[in-house]
Amino acid sequence: MLWQQVVNGLTLGSTYALIALGYTLIFGVLNIVNMAHGEIFMFGAFVALMLVTTFKVNLLVAMAGAALAGAVLGYLLEVTALRPLRKRAVSHMAPLISTIGVSIFLESLALNLFGAQSQSFPPMFSGKLLDFGLFQISVIQVVILAISVGLMLVLKFWLDRTKMGKSIRATSENIDTAAILGVNTQRVITITVMLASGLGAVAGVLVGLAFNAVEPTMGIPMGFKGLAVLILGGLGNITGAMVGGLLLGIAEVFSVAYGASSYREAVAFGLIMVLLFLRPQGLFGSPGNGGR
Amino acid sequence: MLEIKQMAAGYGNITALKGIDLFIPQGSIVSLIGANGAGKTTTMKTIMGLIKPNSGQVTFEGKDITGLAPYKIVSQGISLVPEGRSILAGMTVLENLEMGAYQRNDSNIQVDIHKIFKRFPILEERKQQFGGTLSGGQQQMLAMGRALMARPKLLLLDEPSMGLAPLVVADIFKVIQEINGEGTTVLLVEQNVRQALKVAHYAYVMETGRIVLEGKAADLVHDPKIMDAYLGGSRAG
Ligand SMILES: Nc1ncnc2c1ncn2[C@@H]1O[C@H](COP(=O)(O)OP(=O)(O)OP(=O)(O)O)[C@@H](O)[C@H]1O
Ligand SMILES: [Mg+2]
Repeated sequence: MLWQQVVNGLTLGSTYALIALGYTLIFGVLNIVNMAHGEIFMFGAFVALMLVTTFKVNLLVAMAGAALAGAVLGYLLEVTALRPLRKRAVSHMAPLISTIGVSIFLESLALNLFGAQSQSFPPMFSGKLLDFGLFQISVIQVVILAISVGLMLVLKFWLDRTKMGKSIRATSENIDTAAILGVNTQRVITITVMLASGLGAVAGVLVGLAFNAVEPTMGIPMGFKGLAVLILGGLGNITGAMVGGLLLGIAEVFSVAYGASSYREAVAFGLIMVLLFLRPQGLFGSPGNGGR
Repeated sequence: MLEIKQMAAGYGNITALKGIDLFIPQGSIVSLIGANGAGKTTTMKTIMGLIKPNSGQVTFEGKDITGLAPYKIVSQGISLVPEGRSILAGMTVLENLEMGAYQRNDSNIQVDIHKIFKRFPILEERKQQFGGTLSGGQQQMLAMGRALMARPKLLLLDEPSMGLAPLVVADIFKVIQEINGEGTTVLLVEQNVRQALKVAHYAYVMETGRIVLEGKAADLVHDPKIMDAYLGGSRAG
């Protein structure tokens, strides 16, 4: 029972972590919260659904397609809603408002394109369960865990080791410093927003698979969870987002398993509040610099 | 090498530079001195492209570089050691140095890192440590090393001796002369006017956004106005 809940919690949490990484990457380089991230996530789910149902491609190809669509949406977001506001005189609130605008636009667009009905992926892997004695895990869960954990490991390695990854880290730390070292920070920002949105779109597919439901409003609660994890992990901290996402997933699953199912979100968010009360800078943030 | 003509710049409504002219000949050390708030850092930032000038022109090796993005300025061969050092605190000492060579693709990067380590042995000892864990003096060395990793033709140094112990200050000035001896042109902003005039060939004095005095460093040391205002005269107290 316990191990079963841990496995379920990790599966759910890994998708939260993936969503939170998108917020975290963008917060890192731009110091803003991208309120359209949840809707890009939702679009990712729909794109994969279309690819699977209409074009009959396999799931991995559909995910790649969703990632690509997410990256394109990220690019459009950067060019239309973020870049024009990146001037010294503009208020910090402006990008928050403009990304809310984009999120409303995307949600309405999805309603028109796909309808308000909740849709689901065709049954894949026939719901088969793998039995490990201590716990059972469905093939879908294995796919979700493998994709999200795999993406996180690749991302972490890429940020740590590659030149491009290092330029993102440098820009996150201090954009002016990165600039005087010769980094084209404008380009780094564009790439980061595209990367974050691509990851968000894949997370959308995974959550659509996990709950077997894809609908235009699915980005809203998930967006809030991603935001909560952004803060829980320590604003802009990559490792924090990963660990924070997993924790939130486990907390939710446990609150369902041990009797508080109608309060699952309240329990999870209550836990975050307690954690933040004890550690205001977030799990991995350092004190004194706004949690970064 | 670098020529600034009638450059004006500021922050929003605040005008920090009111039309300055400045010339840095190839191979020289030129010093820029002046009281707090005179506009020295703003001059550096504007050369570097971090601030867009409102008017005027910056020419480097005969090429107009006015208002270019910082990364394009770097590719021309200009590097800045900013005021307050700006070490990347969450990256290791080694990564900071590697970031200094960001635009280079040649095979000598490791050789150059080795040279920096020879010049500042403490950096080699700490190479896997995060930049933020270094002391102020060590960070200054790292900031200089990092700027040198770009192999700049012109090095801009904004108060490299700020907050350092006298022995370290002497070290830093020695290094500046060495770097210059190896062919790098230097623009040096300093509060430590006596030392700055000792190593510089030429100097400019700034006051509230204007150049008010200039001359050979050796002459300025004896200028009564300079002695009075910056070298422990009656008003400097
Ligand atoms: N970010 C900023 N926003 C607004 N005004 C600024 C900013 N930075 C500097 N200033 C103003 O511009 C003027 C010149 O500042 P600058 O930093 O260039 O002086 P400085 O000569 O480098 O002084 P210091 O010796 O103290 O470093 C000052 O009046 C200062 O108040
Ligand atoms: Mg200054």
